[in-house]
Amino acid sequence: MAKHHIETVVNGDAVEFLCETEETLLDVLRDTLNLTGSKEGCASGDCGACSVTLDGRLVCSCLVLGCEVAGRRIETIEGLAKGEKLHPLQQKFLEHAALQCGICTPGFLVASKALLERSPDPSEHEIRFWLAGNLCRCTGYDKIVSAVKDAAATLRKG
Amino acid sequence: MARVVLIGNLAQLTGGVAEFTISAASVKQLFDRLTELHPEIGPHLQEGVAVAIDGQIYQDTLLQPIEPDSEVFILPQIAGG
Amino acid sequence: MAENGTNGTNGQGYVGTRTIRPDGVDKVTGRARFGADFNLPGQLIGKVLRSPHAHARIVSIDTSKAEALPGVKAVITRDDFADQSSEFIPAGEMMMNYKDVVRNVMAREKALYEGHAVAAVAATSTVIARRALKLIDVKYEVLPHVIDVVEAMKPGAPLLHDDLFTAGVEPKPDKPSNIAKRIEINLGDIEAGFKKADVVVEREFKTAPVHQGYIEPHAALASVSEDGSAELWCCTQGHFIVRAHCARLLGLDIAKIRVTASEIGGGFGGKTVVYLEPLALALSKKAKRPVKMVMSREEVFKASGPTSGATVKVKMGATKDGKFVAGFAELKYQAGAFQGSPVQPGVFCAYAPYDMDNVKVIGYDVVSNRPKVAAYRAPGAPISEFAVESVVDEIAKKLGIDGIQLRMMNAAREGTKAAYGPKFGPLGLEETLNSIKKTEHWNTPLRKWQGRGVASGFWFNIGGETCASLTINEDGTVSLMAGTPDIGGLRAALTNVAADELGIPYDKVRPIIGDTGSLGFTFLTGGSRSAFSGSMAIVEAAKQIRTELCSRACKLWEAKPDQVEFKDGAVRPLGALAEKVKPMTIADFAKVAGKTGGPIGGYGRINAQGAGPSLGTHLVDLEVDPETGRVTILRYTVAQDAGKALHPAYVEGQFQGGAVQGIGWALNEEYIYGDDGKLQNAGFLDYRMPVASDVPMIDAILVEVANPKHPYGVRGVGETPIVPPLGAIANAMEQATGIRFTELPMSPPKVLKALKEKAANGKS
Repeated sequence: MAKHHIETVVNGDAVEFLCETEETLLDVLRDTLNLTGSKEGCASGDCGACSVTLDGRLVCSCLVLGCEVAGRRIETIEGLAKGEKLHPLQQKFLEHAALQCGICTPGFLVASKALLERSPDPSEHEIRFWLAGNLCRCTGYDKIVSAVKDAAATLRKG
Repeated sequence: MARVVLIGNLAQLTGGVAEFTISAASVKQLFDRLTELHPEIGPHLQEGVAVAIDGQIYQDTLLQPIEPDSEVFILPQIAGG
Repeated sequence: MAENGTNGTNGQGYVGTRTIRPDGVDKVTGRARFGADFNLPGQLIGKVLRSPHAHARIVSIDTSKAEALPGVKAVITRDDFADQSSEFIPAGEMMMNYKDVVRNVMAREKALYEGHAVAAVAATSTVIARRALKLIDVKYEVLPHVIDVVEAMKPGAPLLHDDLFTAGVEPKPDKPSNIAKRIEINLGDIEAGFKKADVVVEREFKTAPVHQGYIEPHAALASVSEDGSAELWCCTQGHFIVRAHCARLLGLDIAKIRVTASEIGGGFGGKTVVYLEPLALALSKKAKRPVKMVMSREEVFKASGPTSGATVKVKMGATKDGKFVAGFAELKYQAGAFQGSPVQPGVFCAYAPYDMDNVKVIGYDVVSNRPKVAAYRAPGAPISEFAVESVVDEIAKKLGIDGIQLRMMNAAREGTKAAYGPKFGPLGLEETLNSIKKTEHWNTPLRKWQGRGVASGFWFNIGGETCASLTINEDGTVSLMAGTPDIGGLRAALTNVAADELGIPYDKVRPIIGDTGSLGFTFLTGGSRSAFSGSMAIVEAAKQIRTELCSRACKLWEAKPDQVEFKDGAVRPLGALAEKVKPMTIADFAKVAGKTGGPIGGYGRINAQGAGPSLGTHLVDLEVDPETGRVTILRYTVAQDAGKALHPAYVEGQFQGGAVQGIGWALNEEYIYGDDGKLQNAGFLDYRMPVASDVPMIDAILVEVANPKHPYGVRGVGETPIVPPLGAIANAMEQATGIRFTELPMSPPKVLKALKEKAANGKS
């Protein structure tokens, strides 16, 4: 069976790749494009470690097929920082010690950014429910929530 | 003479005797003396035990000194996760 | 209030401040490389064939069709691993029975649990590897299975091993059993103790197996050369332990294997043993190419090491004034397919928080057809202490004494004799109880269907063999190398210590975790030991450097040792000498290092002793929805003794993370087996761990009762936080519903059923 030839945009760069029908976007990102920042925790869309945005929409890349993204716009963790400048979310996660092992962190950062783009001043309740699709086993979520709130405040200041 | 107590199943290797009074200046000497008294316990003392000397737990410290009137407990080793 | 993310000290030193972790930027950008993030040119993909049966004799394995499939480069089975004798051998300080280890890594005579590895292949792609697995023909003779611990102990239960005889009983049994071991500790006279009691409470409790739940599946990449030397990258809590196990299982000299610990996405004890690593090495050896293996989430649940499910009986007696006079417990713990549950620490910890004269605890280590137990954060202790803390709460309610007051009256202190023998040094239990008592949380009123619970917890902590080095680079910056994998902020803590010990800025130190070729044997990260032991090794290394620098200064300045001192990052001349020479900083020495004797460094190689227990008290408010049985955690406070928090934010993180794991264990997590012995919830949807919307903020109170045996007073903190939540939540449930739940998890169906039964019984 011939592979699919896909042209797409990843973190602002034009990219093309070949993939099998059954390969997920996560497989393509990690194994073909060598963008290993998105992680596989479950391959069933339950842990959010593979979170990316697709045309601005937060998705689990393990639930998207590689051949579905032709002509679309993908943003991964690797695109969060701009050059040397960390995104305020990244900076606040560091300051608040909102990560311990760090495996869930890329997913949380992508998901949090998607939240703040829609809701610049989220309540704790909103943050917790938006991030309910991202599993963390190390932090108990406390410092993650604090970091997101603090980053939201920083972004609002502009 | 140090007062030595075996905790848990270790006493089964000494015919049920759990308490000893032994003259030993180090953990190694203690183990040697105990093994002289009860050869069956020897291999179990080599590995897999912790030694509490006057309340402080030591693991894998053959050279740790024992004072003349110390209270010593020999326990199974403690690990973690 | 400490500032977040500071990298300055305000002149006070870095230890105790919230510095930005040095490995942080890589982790927030996706650059950090975890177990599955490595690849080698020409690598093959390895996959494992696993038993679909809970218990079966493996009659034959025919791999010929798989080997013939184009793209398959190697197939391994039990025939590729030499058998190991049944004896407990030291393997990096632990006692391992390698006969069991080799069988857990690859089944031999029998498959002992659903998911047990039976064969493995390495192929040029994942697709081909999966196809190859389907072509392996295994003939099984399915046997009756047993999973529940009480069922497995019954005479007539299906036997897993015909050469397992119960140890610790007299006379020695001549019939094999699933009971691997019986242990017992005794203090005082338990019968006499109960005679003194005015109130006696006796209960039986049941817990289910739970998984450590790390988000990163096991992963390994092995590359074996033609001369037999091997490189291995894997996510592990102990790469020196992995090396020891693989050397033994593959018959290699230890120096032949070099293991690099990748960043690790969680372990909690579950990554202290080997699963894929020996398989990847064996496949790579056969295929003569690198082999990469990654577990799926289903494999993690079915084939790694969830903790014991258990049945626990507790009987406690107290006087009417609240003094605990007798404590009895009988613990029956699942070990999984091979012996070695954490029943022993469970036995030792059960009554450890309390000063009691009469204690008797019995423990049984029992095998059954589920995966072999691996360590899970304070292994054994959460289960036994859950039971005891629940009974303590019942005694408190019967006597009309509040939970904090009752625990305070009986709290273990410095000089208290533990039920397992020695007297304690300084302990922080009372301080944690007082801290909780002072909180606004404790004093906030509750409403109907809400309940408040408190519980305390104990864990020993360990030290162990640890190596760490500090190297002064030519520009005066410092390279720090530690042997303990960093599972949650260790590098930040060690950098704080190194910077203070050498008197240099934090950002001049770059820490890495060294591979097994770079440092001496270092015991795994576990037992809450990495900050405790690692910092001791760094202190030793720094001391060597300061001594060396003073020695060189004396030679350069033609001075005597008492004319110089190391202070604030420099060797300083004292007295009259100060008029002749200027101080020399570390950077100054670095510039002339070669000319004054060679590169400057320190190497701490220690067997850290003196670990002190960490005691904690948790307070939880919850609300029960009587229509659905759902429990909402409203408020949670942790107070725990850290001795000295090298980095407060990461210590708080341990408190919060452990508490939430405990919340999951108490309210929802469990392994659900069908009658066929197969795991029904092998995924994150149905093995339901807490998500952000399930929990509130977790208030963390740092208590610091210094450990006199550590240069900074540090106590390990990582494990204790998971011990109190089970009891605290069960106690809160009792207040909220009037029902004493003795079975975990207290999941919505169980809560609802209990509420309905209570209503049907006509109690108000």
